[in-house]
Amino acid sequence: MTIQTPNGFTLDNSGKRIVVDPVTRIEGHMRVEVNVDENNIIRNAVSTGTMWRGIEVILKNRDPRDAWAFTERICGVCTGTHALTSVRAVENALGITIPDNANSIRNLMQLALQAHDHVVHFYHLHALDWVDVISAISADPKATSALAQSVSDWPHSSPGYFKDIQTRLKKFVESGQLGPFKNGYWGNASYKLPPEANLMAVAHYLEALDFQKEIVKIHTIFGGKNPHPNWLVGGVPCPINIDGTGAVGAINMERLNMVTSIIDQIIEFNDKVYVPDIMTIGSFYKDWLYGGGLSGKNVLAYGDVPEHVNDYSEASLKLPRGAIINGNLAEVLPVDHEDPEQIQEFVTHSWYKYPDETKGLHPWDGVTEPHYELGPNAKGTKTNIEQLDEAAKYSWIKAPRWRGHAMEVGPLARWVVGYAQNKAEFKDPVEKMLKDLGLPVSALFSTLGRTAARALESSWAGHQMRYFRNKLIANIKAGDVSTADVDKWKPETWPKEVKGVGFTEAPRGALAHWIKIKDGKIDNYQCVVPTTWNGSPRDPAGNIGAFEASLMDTPMSDPTQPLEILRTIHSFDPCLACSTHVMSPDGQEMAKVQVR
Amino acid sequence: MAAAETLYDVIRRQGITRRSFTKFCSLTAASLGFGPGAATAMAEALETKERVPVIWMHGLECTCCSESFIRSAHPLVKDVVLSMISLDYDDTIMAAAGHQAEAILKETKEKYKGKYILAVEGNAPLNEDGMFCIDGGKPFVEKLKWMAEDAMAIIAWGACASWGCVQAAKPNPTQATPIDKVILDKPIIKVPGCPPIAEVMTGVVTFITTFGKLPELDRQGRPKMFYSQRIHDKCYRRAHFDAGQFVEEWDDEGARKGYCLYKMGCKGPTTYNACSTVRWNGGVSFPIQSGHGCIGCSEDGFWDNGSFYDRLTNLHRFGVEANADKVGMTAAGIVGGAIAAHAAVTAFKRVTTKREKADAS
Repeated sequence: MTIQTPNGFTLDNSGKRIVVDPVTRIEGHMRVEVNVDENNIIRNAVSTGTMWRGIEVILKNRDPRDAWAFTERICGVCTGTHALTSVRAVENALGITIPDNANSIRNLMQLALQAHDHVVHFYHLHALDWVDVISAISADPKATSALAQSVSDWPHSSPGYFKDIQTRLKKFVESGQLGPFKNGYWGNASYKLPPEANLMAVAHYLEALDFQKEIVKIHTIFGGKNPHPNWLVGGVPCPINIDGTGAVGAINMERLNMVTSIIDQIIEFNDKVYVPDIMTIGSFYKDWLYGGGLSGKNVLAYGDVPEHVNDYSEASLKLPRGAIINGNLAEVLPVDHEDPEQIQEFVTHSWYKYPDETKGLHPWDGVTEPHYELGPNAKGTKTNIEQLDEAAKYSWIKAPRWRGHAMEVGPLARWVVGYAQNKAEFKDPVEKMLKDLGLPVSALFSTLGRTAARALESSWAGHQMRYFRNKLIANIKAGDVSTADVDKWKPETWPKEVKGVGFTEAPRGALAHWIKIKDGKIDNYQCVVPTTWNGSPRDPAGNIGAFEASLMDTPMSDPTQPLEILRTIHSFDPCLACSTHVMSPDGQEMAKVQVR
Repeated sequence: MAAAETLYDVIRRQGITRRSFTKFCSLTAASLGFGPGAATAMAEALETKERVPVIWMHGLECTCCSESFIRSAHPLVKDVVLSMISLDYDDTIMAAAGHQAEAILKETKEKYKGKYILAVEGNAPLNEDGMFCIDGGKPFVEKLKWMAEDAMAIIAWGACASWGCVQAAKPNPTQATPIDKVILDKPIIKVPGCPPIAEVMTGVVTFITTFGKLPELDRQGRPKMFYSQRIHDKCYRRAHFDAGQFVEEWDDEGARKGYCLYKMGCKGPTTYNACSTVRWNGGVSFPIQSGHGCIGCSEDGFWDNGSFYDRLTNLHRFGVEANADKVGMTAAGIVGGAIAAHAAVTAFKRVTTKREKADAS
């Protein structure tokens, strides 16, 4: 049967059904089902969140100052961004302001997360979709060295260096114990890199694994540990003491020097390894421009990284904010988290119940009543799903919409908004990259474009870190060492009933928390997270979500190997523990959550 | 087929001499408190052993344990994965997906029966017939039990697998259940923390592959080498606690001087972990050093012990002599008779806390 979706896709589920479960190299649990036609081209796509933890209901009646720690545990990959979103929501509700140093330190931590997450995502979760590890064994180390030196002056590029890596890889493969590379899709026709580019990428996979642990030390310095550093409502927990008694246990010269050194390394790694790798890989995949999905139609960004402390307006935010619909780059629309008509969540195809499922609900009015059931055309049983029925409920993810539109969020969405706003720091790198690859702007709206935007953003984040490191030092130099505002720390100082919203740009996209505080306790808490947007199922109007849209019309070289599906889904950097945040059943207390 | 690359090969290839290698083994053995014979055993193991297959499964969790694991500075995780273990299944980093991934589980179960390590990150929700965590179309708990059947040993990574962690916090809507309540017939090593320290994780794995046995555990199932003392026992701010010098308010004079965070709610005095000694991310810092109290993330039920900023009220300057075993014995006694309902867990915490107080006074 053929269905035309309002957002412009033609779905046909008559062909052969392919199920991928588990989808690996993501955070959390996810399933994808597609139908392919006789030419193995994807004509229908179904994406399903297959886990659910209930953090929001657990937060009810807790101390709002503790909420950052609970919500931080929504995700250990994008660790810290939920915590930052949470302290911003609580501060917004209670009218708490933070000192300038706290703003710089929070920005440094958030940007370190962007840089870390993007590097780990590309090399360790995504690269194997583009890079054939086994092919690297047949590379010529001299030619690999020549290739590496032609794209970058990164010092680890001698023939001997690549030969050593190759020898180690060869021994590893010949041992017969392939570890994480076992049962991969090696040799699939969709791999396009020559052996030399594969070997260079394998070397950088290992280097990135060594390097990523350095990036997170920014979190350790200011937050004591990573994953899951510590945060504070009203500022940051780390005091500054540059040269007084006890300075050795605070943010002092030695700590600031470590921050500086790590930032230098981040910038060097991005500019000499990550971005050149993307350019090299991109140059061999120029003809594989599938996976655009919603990116050329509807994108959404909340903005983040405030230049001015306590100012979260569009003008203050260094990451772009706004919405684009129907591919109209000439107009970036304003986004308001508090407007009940803008952000709404639907559940017609999610395992939840609403009194009236034709309507969506704003997070401040959200209802969450779980309702797990398979549709009449599903195959298998309740605890052994063979095939889902997408005409019915089929995911633990709700369907958020912006003014009724399914939206894509993430690095590409941010960069498209920045590009449309004619901001040079976003537009120039994009145009340079496209020019160097000889590709038109339309090529941006693809799996490759999503992957490239992430690399550009990682580079951007490194340079922004240097900016905020300088800003922090300038402010300390000017005599301000404060890091926390404690005027409204005690619950006795709070109003009886308040509500607020906090937002960030998580590595994988727009993230917001809505909170309501009553008598000093959390009365209600709702999160709408990036993978809820991207991984959303269909809505009552029949619009498909960003993951589903991105898989449409992609040819598969071998339908028994889901390589192309993984490549495109991974380009979003899915985080399922985040997306399936909502609460759960058992007991009247949790059967319904009424936010207002 | 060529022999698998061993750690010894890795070390030698990096330009380390045989002599330095032997010295490394002696120092490592000594630092872990082992006798002279252990150094020889360690050297031999590192030189000759084939890599132990490890199956790393994910239930309800946030993946912070995997993220922590890859932060390991010594050994580097690259060397762990390429040379020390054979990480044949790990949803988070494996190349294969779907059927190709599932096939690895079946193959490992048959080919390495009784010889593989099952590492579990996260836990199993039991409500909704287990379908709050679906893996391959089926409840995760089924897959977990199935792979546990033929495992040599099981590692429970982090607070989720060990105790339940955040999704098991009151009212535990999914009935998230720690793995030792689901798998009852196998040795389970609990490596708690949210997440555990990277070098503690790689330390536990390499201990098993190096010495060919499980590390000595306390009564709660945690390796004694990392979890037998409290953060407070080895905290560098302990002198300020003893001297009565406290942070009274965030960012006050005491905070800038690095005074004790006890009054700001620090749970270091009741938390068994290695943070104040091993520290985090290659020894850069740990929560207290960076100005925030310990939130007690390696302790059972730490989410339900009041606010992270509530001062511990059961603390009477007890000394280091109240060790993990004493507390553990109390806990084991009570858990044995308790049903796994939240009320019981809360009661158990209350009793444990009281007993601790009695021990202390």
